[in-house]
Amino acid sequence: MPPRIVQVRQGLLKKNDAIAAALRADFAAAGTFVVNLVSGPGTGKTLLLERTLSALRDRGRRPAALVGDLATDNDAVRLARSGAPVRQINTHGLCHLEADMVGRHLQGWNLAEHNYLFVENVGNLVCTASYDLGESLRVVLLSVTEGEDKPLKYPTLFNTADAAIITKCDLATACEFDSAEAERNLRAVRPGLPIVSLSAKTGDGMDEWLAFLESRRGSEG
Amino acid sequence: MHELSLAVQLVQIADEAARAADAKRVTAVVVKIGALSGVAEDALRFAFDVAVADTLLAQARLEIHPVSVKVVCPRCGIVELPSLQRFCCPQCDTSTADVRTGREIELESIEVE
Ligand SMILES: Nc1nc2c(ncn2[C@@H]2O[C@H](COP(=O)(O)OP(=O)(O)O)[C@@H](O)[C@H]2O)c(=O)[nH]1
Ligand SMILES: [Mg+2]
Ligand SMILES: [Zn+2]
Repeated sequence: MPPRIVQVRQGLLKKNDAIAAALRADFAAAGTFVVNLVSGPGTGKTLLLERTLSALRDRGRRPAALVGDLATDNDAVRLARSGAPVRQINTHGLCHLEADMVGRHLQGWNLAEHNYLFVENVGNLVCTASYDLGESLRVVLLSVTEGEDKPLKYPTLFNTADAAIITKCDLATACEFDSAEAERNLRAVRPGLPIVSLSAKTGDGMDEWLAFLESRRGSEG
Repeated sequence: MHELSLAVQLVQIADEAARAADAKRVTAVVVKIGALSGVAEDALRFAFDVAVADTLLAQARLEIHPVSVKVVCPRCGIVELPSLQRFCCPQCDTSTADVRTGREIELESIEVE
């Protein structure tokens, strides 16, 4: 047979996108507000999540969490201290979470019992950007120790975020962190991005973050 | 390096399309990659060579068509973004987050025999 061209026109992520869309419908039906936390390794996702889970439980909310990691279950052990249900997703070396991993790790949980589900993604500033997990809110973290120009170096990830958190603000002075420049860079790659600055360690800014979460969850209704 | 996962999906979709077209082998694949997709071309080429082994695509050539980022400027309409570091209209400097093209990671077509 002579060579011929066959038009295909299909996204390489269509499988993931379809699973994510089904998850999103399940989350909406159950009234579960889902937050996907993305950032480089060591930015402070786990500590923020630990404090967020505790604070939400103190307010009478019922959050749960999934935490992705390349190899260990250390983060799940840390998060479980909050008293919230937590499951580890061990990716065995894969650099990002995919929607089917989220779906599989939810089995046995009654979503309707949880008004929040947090997903801590694998620490990675590139690969996590492409994978929809069915979340309502994608939050990118930037720590003051990483420098103000991270958003310019990784525009794809920062551009896909719905909100940004500047973490470890207790260290800002020691790092000579220029928060105005960081905010400028964040909004240069994602105009209009809501930004919260906080320290999970001292608790500074946590109230603003919790209020932001509660208002976003409320407006999902 | 999520390019390996992508290459595996690429081979799977191309394989299905080739079989549906009663083809014996795939000689080329054309892929659209947006500048804002987060896909590195070199990594995708490397992953492709690994993923095609022992498939209908074993001898296939990978053609990558880059797609530039286009955004909607509220004043000027659809404009091409000159820099990923600054989401502003190149004509009037209005900022915009409304991305219309540039996120593509798509198998456009295959050439089969
Ligand atoms: N000083 C300070 N250290 C923090 C803060 N948040 C996290 N850390 C520390 O930064 C390190 C990495 O934090 P972790 O939550 O594990 O980051 P992850 O890899 O993004 O999950 C740990 O040693 C944390 O104790 C903070 O707000 N202030
Ligand atoms: Mg962690
Ligand atoms: Zn304009």
